[in-house]
Amino acid sequence: MTVRPDRPEPMNAVPVRHPGRWVAVAVLAVLAAMLVHTIVTNDGFGWPVVGDYLFSPPVLNGLKNTLILTVLSMAIGIVGGVLLAVMRLSPNWILSSVAAVYIWVFRGTPLIAQLLFWNFLSALYPRLSLGIPFGPEFVSFDTNQLINQFAACLLGLGLNEAAYMAEIVRGGIASVEHGQTEAAGALGMSRAQTLRRIVLPQAMRVIIPPTGNETISMLKTSSLVVVIGYFELLTSVQRIYSVNFQTIPLLIVAALWYLALTSILSVGQGFIERRYGRGLQTGPPGPSLLGFLRRSPQEVAP
Amino acid sequence: MTPMVEALGIHKSFGATRVLRGVDLVVQPGEVSCVIGPSGSGKSTLLRCINHLERIDSGRLRVDGHLVGYRERNGRLFEMRESEVAHQRRDIGMVFQRFNLFPHKTAIENVMEAPVVVRRQDKAAARTRAVELLDRVGLADRRDNYPAQLSGGQQQRVAIARALAMSPRLMLFDEPTSALDPELVGEVLDVMRGLAREGMTMVVVTHEMGFAREVGDALVFMDEGVIVEHGAPREVLANPQHERTRSFLSKVL
Repeated sequence: MTVRPDRPEPMNAVPVRHPGRWVAVAVLAVLAAMLVHTIVTNDGFGWPVVGDYLFSPPVLNGLKNTLILTVLSMAIGIVGGVLLAVMRLSPNWILSSVAAVYIWVFRGTPLIAQLLFWNFLSALYPRLSLGIPFGPEFVSFDTNQLINQFAACLLGLGLNEAAYMAEIVRGGIASVEHGQTEAAGALGMSRAQTLRRIVLPQAMRVIIPPTGNETISMLKTSSLVVVIGYFELLTSVQRIYSVNFQTIPLLIVAALWYLALTSILSVGQGFIERRYGRGLQTGPPGPSLLGFLRRSPQEVAP
Repeated sequence: MTPMVEALGIHKSFGATRVLRGVDLVVQPGEVSCVIGPSGSGKSTLLRCINHLERIDSGRLRVDGHLVGYRERNGRLFEMRESEVAHQRRDIGMVFQRFNLFPHKTAIENVMEAPVVVRRQDKAAARTRAVELLDRVGLADRRDNYPAQLSGGQQQRVAIARALAMSPRLMLFDEPTSALDPELVGEVLDVMRGLAREGMTMVVVTHEMGFAREVGDALVFMDEGVIVEHGAPREVLANPQHERTRSFLSKVL
């Protein structure tokens, strides 16, 4: 930046020194060097083994299952969570109490127990059927065929997640100023329109960061499906090291994949946060893809 | 002629606090009624009852001849469904003290929202009308700004345009200039003055005595949940009949 003649002279002050930071950097540099040294020289890490298995078919197969379980469970969790949150906040006490009981049960019992329950539902109800209560049945299914292992995984993970998401969404909705609901109501918008167009978009800002947390957590929680004999990334590497005893290298393989997925999710979360932050920062909005199509550059209010 | 607003014996309590204690008020079409009074006198609550943001405890409140929030059939009152209340509110515009613009929408999106979502207007038509309305409040060049990028006075003018977009027959203003910096009050009052000149029926809760005197057809002074004095603004302001009015005016004028 050049100093223009009509500008006052800049302050030529000596900035505050931070000697402590240099000491910290030196200490960290030594520690990092030690870490790199041990990682390279300690054969126990088994880097060649890591390389062998990182893209091996069983690992990739497990990775695929982890992704599928995470995406579908979170989808169930988010849709269910929004529904439950809206029910919970409804003036209709019946809906509100149904949601409250659901959240109480699904947050209050262990996820492992829920997974096992869905898997062994057939022990309780060998057949599931549609019909008139206490009357004739129209269709009937074998429970074990209807709810296979994969379905039990999704039910267990998704329905449990919905209970947690419900509380996250409820917090988000509660964070939106009441004046917004009143303004929408005064314009003649219905409760549903107000929720969809005014309240939820603003609540998203508060909902997204914990939802990102939940998704990252789900990546790893999905490994609990091992209790009902399904498999994903962590189970796959466990199966391999239980045979070849290369425990550390294979755990590193799993860790590397989890880190990669988490990094991708964090980047995605950043994009979504920016999308829903529109209009909520002061100053002009950041450059958008279509920004150049606008007629006039946006100015900031005086 | 059917009065635009007809309130008879309105009572309203919040818990044990009696906020309105028998309010009678008639506003004729085309009239501008200004409501003044100390804080806690119930003036904002009265305004919020008119579009059913607050539910009255007793009395009868009609807008354009129709009961607000209730239906009367064979001498019995029936509560309206939420959708019916929403339908009634379409024709009553409201401007809030704290603007309550939708922060995630630009100025023009704020104005277009209700016509498109509630009246199911065609987007292009709604946009044309929104541009006209923003132009009318002097903000045509600000249409793509988000509320956070506008000054308080500009936000309030967008809020007025947003309410006008529904082509209301009645406009309610709840202390529209109380949250503004003093130098921004004028621009909002100018827009309201223009509206009054065009014959809009308005109920304005305000502390702006100058505006009340100049624009108001009637001035209502409320205290402790009742209307103490009601008359032509010049007369009430120059020659108040009641001691409470006198002491209030001596403090604010």
